Amino acid sequence: MTPVSSALGQPALGIAGLEQVYDQLATAIDQAGPAKAELFLVKLALLNAQALGDAEAFGRHLQAALQDL
Amino acid sequence: MHQPTTQARPSIYYPYQVHAPWLASQHPAQGRHPVVIVGSGPSGMVTALELARHGVASVVLESELQVSQGSRAIVFTRRSLEILQQVGVAQRMVDNGLPWRFGNSYYRGQRVFRMEAPHDADDRFFPMLNIQQQYMEEYLLDACQAEPLVDFRWGNKVTQVAQDATGATLEVDTPEGPYQLHADWVVAADGGRSAIRAAFDLQMEGASYEGRFVIADIRIDLPLPTERLAFFDPDWNPGNTVLMHREPHGIWRVDYQLPENETPEDALQPAALATRINALLAQIGHGDKPWEMDWSSVYSARTLTLPDYRHGRVLFTGDAAHLLPIFGVRGANTAFQDAQSLGWHLAFAVKGIASAALVDNYSRERVGAAREIIEESGKSTRFMTPPTRGFRLLRDAVLSLSLSQEFVRPLYHWRTSRPHEYTQSALNSPGDDNALFKAGPAHGAPPQNIRLSANDYLLDHLGGGFDLLYFTEGAAMPEALQSVVNAARAKGVPLRVTAVGASAPVAGADQTLADADGHFRARYGVPASGAAYLLRPDQHVCARWLTLDATRLQAALNHALPQ
Repeated sequence: MTPVSSALGQPALGIAGLEQVYDQLATAIDQAGPAKAELFLVKLALLNAQALGDAEAFGRHLQAALQDL
Repeated sequence: MHQPTTQARPSIYYPYQVHAPWLASQHPAQGRHPVVIVGSGPSGMVTALELARHGVASVVLESELQVSQGSRAIVFTRRSLEILQQVGVAQRMVDNGLPWRFGNSYYRGQRVFRMEAPHDADDRFFPMLNIQQQYMEEYLLDACQAEPLVDFRWGNKVTQVAQDATGATLEVDTPEGPYQLHADWVVAADGGRSAIRAAFDLQMEGASYEGRFVIADIRIDLPLPTERLAFFDPDWNPGNTVLMHREPHGIWRVDYQLPENETPEDALQPAALATRINALLAQIGHGDKPWEMDWSSVYSARTLTLPDYRHGRVLFTGDAAHLLPIFGVRGANTAFQDAQSLGWHLAFAVKGIASAALVDNYSRERVGAAREIIEESGKSTRFMTPPTRGFRLLRDAVLSLSLSQEFVRPLYHWRTSRPHEYTQSALNSPGDDNALFKAGPAHGAPPQNIRLSANDYLLDHLGGGFDLLYFTEGAAMPEALQSVVNAARAKGVPLRVTAVGASAPVAGADQTLADADGHFRARYGVPASGAAYLLRPDQHVCARWLTLDATRLQAALNHALPQ
C-alpha cells in the first residue's frame, strides 16, 4: 500500500499501519491503567516528538489534537 | 525609638558579634552626603566598596547590630569571586569556602543526570564556592571598616524617605531617637522586603510560584564530596524535590519542597523538621548519623523585577530591585553584579565624569539582566516546582523517561547564574571592529581571564577604572594613542593601559604582559599587533578593534561616557 500524505504534511501510515497503531495504543492505555494512562501518554508524546525532530510540526499536531475536544 | 536586638543570634558554628549602634549625638553635625546606602547585605556593601574605589564616599545604614542570620546564600559563582576580588575579599572566601563543580540528580535511586560545570585552566576561581552568608558579610564588613570612604552605621533604621529633583531626605531612627540625613543619591539595598520600594509604592513585574521550600542547616558528619545533590520525587516527599549542599564547618544545607496545603509554620515545627530530615538521611543511607539543627526558614520561588531601578534620586539594587528563584544560585550572585555595575555608573555620575544619564544606563542594563534571568530561571522553577497540572505531568513524564532515555536528561540541568552579557548596551562602541572578530569576548561580555603564570592571572591586574588592552610587540605605545589616553585622564577618567605581547616593558603603557606562546592573543581572537580591547570599570567589553587608532579610541571613550 502506498502511504498518502496527511493533512499535517507528514508521511501517513496507510490504513494497515494506522490500524496497527490503533490497537497498540488502546492496549497500552489499558495496560498503563487509569491512574497512569495520562503519564504514559505524555511520555509517548515526548518520545514521538523527539523522533519527529521538529518542534514546529509538534506544535501543529498539538493544535490539531486540541480541536473539537 | 528603634531598638534592635542586642542578643547575639543563635548559631552552633558562627560567633555573632553585636556591634555598638551609631548615634548622632556622638558625631558632629551632618552635612549633605553624595550617597546613602540603605542596607548592608551583599549588594549594599559591594556598592559602598566599589564607590570608594572610585573615590566616592558613602554612608551605609544597617538597622540591625549584627550580620544576617543563617547561611542564606551559600553558593557563589566564579564571576562573583571575580567581583569580590575587585573589592579585596575573594581570597578570604577561597581560604574558607568549599569549591565544587559537579551536581547530581537522582530519581528512584538512580543518578539520572550529572552536571559538570566547565573549569578552564585560565580561570583563577572554581565555578562554584560554598560558604555561609555570615562569613561573606563579615569579610565585606571588614573591608568596609578598613575603608575611610565608607561610613558604616549599625542600628540605623530608615523610617521615611522623601525626594526632590536634586536629592533625598531620610528619617533615620536609632536607639537614642531619630535624626535626618540628606543625600544626593540613595541606594535602596534593603532586601526582598524593601521598605523603600514599599514607601514609593513601586510595583514589581513577574510571577510568584506556589512551590515553597524549607531550607535548613544541620551539622552532620557525612562522607560525601562537595557536590550538589538533587532528589526528585523521593518516597518520603512524593512529587516534590529535595536538594543538599555541603557547607564549611561540617554543616549541610537541606532544601525540601513543602507538601501542598502545609503551612510554613507547621513545616518549621522541630518535630516536622526532624521527621523529614531523618527520612532524607535514611534515603541516602546515613539514617544512623547524629545531627544537630542550626537554622531553618521557608523560601518561596518568585521571578519578579522592578521595571526601572531608578526612581528619581533613588536607585534599587539586589533583592530590593528583583526577587529571583534559588535554583541556579541567582540571589546574591545577581546582587554582586548589580552592585559592581551600580558602583561605577553612580560614581562616574557623582564625580561629573559623565552625566546622570549614565545612571539610567545602570537601570537599563540590570533590568535587562534580571529579565533574562527570569526567563531562564522560570524554566528551572517550572521543572522543580511545577505550577500547574500540565507542568507536573510533563515533569513526571521526564522523570520517568530519564531512567532509560538519554535525550530528556539535560532537562534536569537548571542553568546556573552567569554574568549577563550587555550585548545591546548603549555604551558599546558602534564604530569598532566587534563584528570582525572570530573569537574572544564580544561587546558587553565579561573579560576572559588568562593564566599568566603560577598564581598570576589577567584579572589580578585589571579593574578600578577603564582598562585598555593593547596588543603589541613594539617598544612603545603609538604617540597618537598616548595623547588620547592622557586627555581622558586629564578629564578625570581612570584609564589604565596594559600592553600585551611584548617581551620588554612597553613605553607609555602602565604595565606589560608578555605572551610568548600567543595563548592570550588566541583567546582574545587577536590575529596581529595593533589590536585592542576596551573594558569598562565593571570589566565588561565596550569596544574592540583589530587595528586601533586614536580617532576610534576617542570615539569609544566618548560613547561609553555620555555627557
